[in-house]
Amino acid sequence: MRFGVITFPGSNGDHDALMAVEMGLGQPVELVWHTETDLSRFDCLIIPGGFSYGDYLRAGAIARFAPVMESVRAFAEAGGPVLGICNGFQILTEAGLLPGALLRNASLSFECAWVFVRVENDRTPWTQALAPGTILRLPIAHGEGRYYADTATLEQLERDRRVVFRYVDADGRVTPEANPNGSLNNIAGVCNERGNVVGLMPHPERAYDRLVGGDDGLRVLSAVLRAGVEVASTPRGLGSGHTQR
Amino acid sequence: MQVTPEILAEVALTEDEYRLIVERLGREPNAVELGMFGAMWSEHCGYKNSRPLLKRLPTSGPRVVQGPGENAGAVEIGDGLVAVLKIESHNHPSAVEPFQGAATGVGGIVRDIFTMGARPVAILDSLRFGPLEESRNRYLFHGVVGGIGWYGNCLGIPTVAGDIFFDPGYSANPLVNAMCVGVARRDALVRARASGPGNLVLLVGADTGRDGIHGATFASVEDPEKSHRGVVQVGNPFLEKLLLEACLEALESGCVVAMQDLGAAGLTSSTAETAARGGVGVEIDVAKVPRREAGMTPYEVMLSESQERMLVIVEPSKLEVVEAIFRRWELHVAVIGRVTDDGMLRVLDDGRPVAEVPVQLLTEAPTYVRDGREDPELAALRNRDLATLPDLARSPDEGIGAREALLALLRSPNVASRRPVYRTYDHTILTNTVLAPGEGDAAVIRIKGTRLGLAVKTDCNPRYCLLDPYLGAQHAVAEAARNVSCVGAEPVAITDCLNFGNPERPEVYYQLSRAIEGMAVACEALEIPIVSGNASLYNETGGRAIPPTPTIGIVGLLNDVRKRVGLAFAGQGVVYLVGPAEATLGASEYLARFHGLTAGVPPSLDLELEQRVQRAVREGIARGIVLAAHDCSEGGLAVALAESCIAGEIGGRFEIEALVEANGGRIDRALFGEAGSRVLVQVAPESESTLVALLRSYRLPYLRLGETAGDALIIGDLLRVSLRELVAAWTSGLS
Amino acid sequence: MSSTQGWRADVYVALKPGVNDPQGLAVRDGLHRLGYDEVSQVRVGRYIQVWLEAPDETTAAARVREMCERLLANPVIEEYRFQVVRIDAGH
Repeated sequence: MRFGVITFPGSNGDHDALMAVEMGLGQPVELVWHTETDLSRFDCLIIPGGFSYGDYLRAGAIARFAPVMESVRAFAEAGGPVLGICNGFQILTEAGLLPGALLRNASLSFECAWVFVRVENDRTPWTQALAPGTILRLPIAHGEGRYYADTATLEQLERDRRVVFRYVDADGRVTPEANPNGSLNNIAGVCNERGNVVGLMPHPERAYDRLVGGDDGLRVLSAVLRAGVEVASTPRGLGSGHTQR
Repeated sequence: MQVTPEILAEVALTEDEYRLIVERLGREPNAVELGMFGAMWSEHCGYKNSRPLLKRLPTSGPRVVQGPGENAGAVEIGDGLVAVLKIESHNHPSAVEPFQGAATGVGGIVRDIFTMGARPVAILDSLRFGPLEESRNRYLFHGVVGGIGWYGNCLGIPTVAGDIFFDPGYSANPLVNAMCVGVARRDALVRARASGPGNLVLLVGADTGRDGIHGATFASVEDPEKSHRGVVQVGNPFLEKLLLEACLEALESGCVVAMQDLGAAGLTSSTAETAARGGVGVEIDVAKVPRREAGMTPYEVMLSESQERMLVIVEPSKLEVVEAIFRRWELHVAVIGRVTDDGMLRVLDDGRPVAEVPVQLLTEAPTYVRDGREDPELAALRNRDLATLPDLARSPDEGIGAREALLALLRSPNVASRRPVYRTYDHTILTNTVLAPGEGDAAVIRIKGTRLGLAVKTDCNPRYCLLDPYLGAQHAVAEAARNVSCVGAEPVAITDCLNFGNPERPEVYYQLSRAIEGMAVACEALEIPIVSGNASLYNETGGRAIPPTPTIGIVGLLNDVRKRVGLAFAGQGVVYLVGPAEATLGASEYLARFHGLTAGVPPSLDLELEQRVQRAVREGIARGIVLAAHDCSEGGLAVALAESCIAGEIGGRFEIEALVEANGGRIDRALFGEAGSRVLVQVAPESESTLVALLRSYRLPYLRLGETAGDALIIGDLLRVSLRELVAAWTSGLS
Repeated sequence: MSSTQGWRADVYVALKPGVNDPQGLAVRDGLHRLGYDEVSQVRVGRYIQVWLEAPDETTAAARVREMCERLLANPVIEEYRFQVVRIDAGH
């Protein structure tokens, strides 16, 4: 399965994403510069973390207009799996491919730590076969990761089970203490209606090796292998009666 | 031009220096030239006062590939790789505008590393502030920490280690020493030496504005806050990230002759130094320098310290390739001049000559050897008799007991958890961080594609250095080395940052010369070369110098990164104290905290014993005997035990009667006294005899302290504190 | 009857002219990429609203100026301007 890692000026998680796919998954992967427009050779896309265009104005605000983003949109609309991590998540919300917005952390400061998240939804290519309730330990490193959506959107997301990851404590409980940035409903990641586009603030691509803290991130990155090309080629919605295991 | 004392003061040259310039030049310099001399002959660029003393430092060794004199030093680490390291101060800019001052300090040191062709893999910061009770100090502290995080996080280089110390001597004069470590292939290392007359001089990166004009001289003048408001540079880490990637790609292409970043004294120093190293001349035309502002004079362009700029020398035939690389990274490239063979730095303004000075004259500032004399007040403080101080009470109803003292020390900002700081630094990016901040005495990063690991740390106890600069500097070297040894790494190179007051005062010169001597002696004994460094003098406010602070940045090498240990007690095991039993209250954190004193003789240091302790600890770790190791520093043995318990989330029961006895029956000295060459190690019960045999083979003093277990720290009948209370105290000191 | 009145200060803080403004540069380049070639310069600042009580406009302005100097702006790199408007008690 061929991974593309979209790189903007100021991206800095691109190399980690590359390493995670290469070293952790052993899959072919290449960096895609923001000026490229042909994404046809890829089976899935990762939009990595960093500070695209310095995150000046608003995180992700300038990157959404990059030439590559039109192709990312088309790729997503065709059902291709897209994973936005950290700044990549911010870019996807700015581009309207995911709902909501990421605001400055409640602590008003950058937070770098390992946190626990609970898988809430296994009907995305990035969580395929990860039973809901599965707890993953992943690093976060962001200053603007407080998930926000208006009440109606939030209710809709919860109702449609489009919250993919939630911050929890080590025992899987949703508590205010386990929420590192003040996200509404402890939301760490969401997906689009179709489920093929997922964004999350924690960094699965930094958690592919126990030597450097843990390898739970591989469970997210490898899920797409199982979801496979099937997802990319035969798009399906979430409300298709797919039952939970 | 009429050269008045005011003009000379403005460019920070003495009348003697001016006469020397006229004599060597054979004429009076014009205004542009005078400004260039002022910048190049400042302490910051010219090392006028420190250079003669720095000769004393050992800079060679079997691993050394590049010693002082380049943008950074480099040592061989195996697998055809070198570690590249450098530390630099940004004290004065941070005193004026802490956020941008610290941020641009990080930017500058990172450029020093990638200019060498090395990919930066770790940032460290050694910080000194006045007490946080004062609002100005809090402002500086938060600003500096914020700026470091902002710049490093945006660049995507992990900030993994450092040290922070608070002392009234740094009020209004904070120290911000930023260090960067990079990794390069040995054969890909690049030097900043211009060569090949006719080669082109390129300026890449940010446009030039009026940022920090006088910055280089400004860094050498006392009390910057009063005299130079409004010259602070604003950093752009986004641009630096592009510059980093583009420069590494350009260097990798083999089309670049030399590269030099623009730091203090901007174009003046970068062109002069590159030319001087290559023994050539350079001619540039300031009219070709892209500007951010209109109406800039040649003087301003030559002395601007706008950040995120790089000087690149290329052969004319390679220009197109190099330009294409920078363009791809959306960076401006301007051809501003060429390399010449006449040894002159010639500056034109749209073809019209505005300055012409021999390169050697600019780069060889006069040096001064002065007489040093110890401040009698400091000698008196050192000689103060501490034996008359009351000891801690054996039982709580008789006064302050050991338990309260321990909790108070854990709350001390000099001891407390650094998490409130390092949680704001991205320390997991690049996925190399094996031991993160707080997990070991040094941070450990792996080098992908190898089994190698680097351990990195900064250290310097300013109280020791204040009371005895010679001994204090030895401790700084020994403690830095001990810290990397405690994670299992062999110390391989040091970069130093000398932060002192005004060297023209005999008391300060004494501190500077004694500290350098102490560093030299310790480095020789421990066989660690100093491969790069920086001097920041004139750190004074209101005529009062900062405590002498020779910050040591160190890199250690792990041949197998999997064999590293942290400081956290790993479950149940047996704990030993390796090293001397005797400690002192002299210059200790305990003395400052409980008796309000910075006094007494700092701990003695036997460098030969220190070497054996560190070797034994490293061998114990490499052989898999040692499960955890932790240096005993500020706060002494009890604090070290508490820290390892907290990190390991396990308590322990320890006996220290033998220590009390060795310390003249004093509980305070036994628990909180400080000493060099001391390491706590934890081993599994079945490894005890192996450990003892190892320690004996190194002829080391040691003491079996007790065993880890339970959820409370118990030291004899002196104290019993639950883990919960330890954590509460320790995590409250900085938040 | 109270002698104080309600005021709102609209404070604009921006980097001083000549101080490097990376944010402004990034936004300018972003606008250029979107085809707004007529844009020559962008500078990014902050807009802050402060509601306060003061007996008269002069006092309110003096207080706000002090707030700007001490906290709202960083006089080392930033400049500020503000206007004070009266808030009607009935609203």
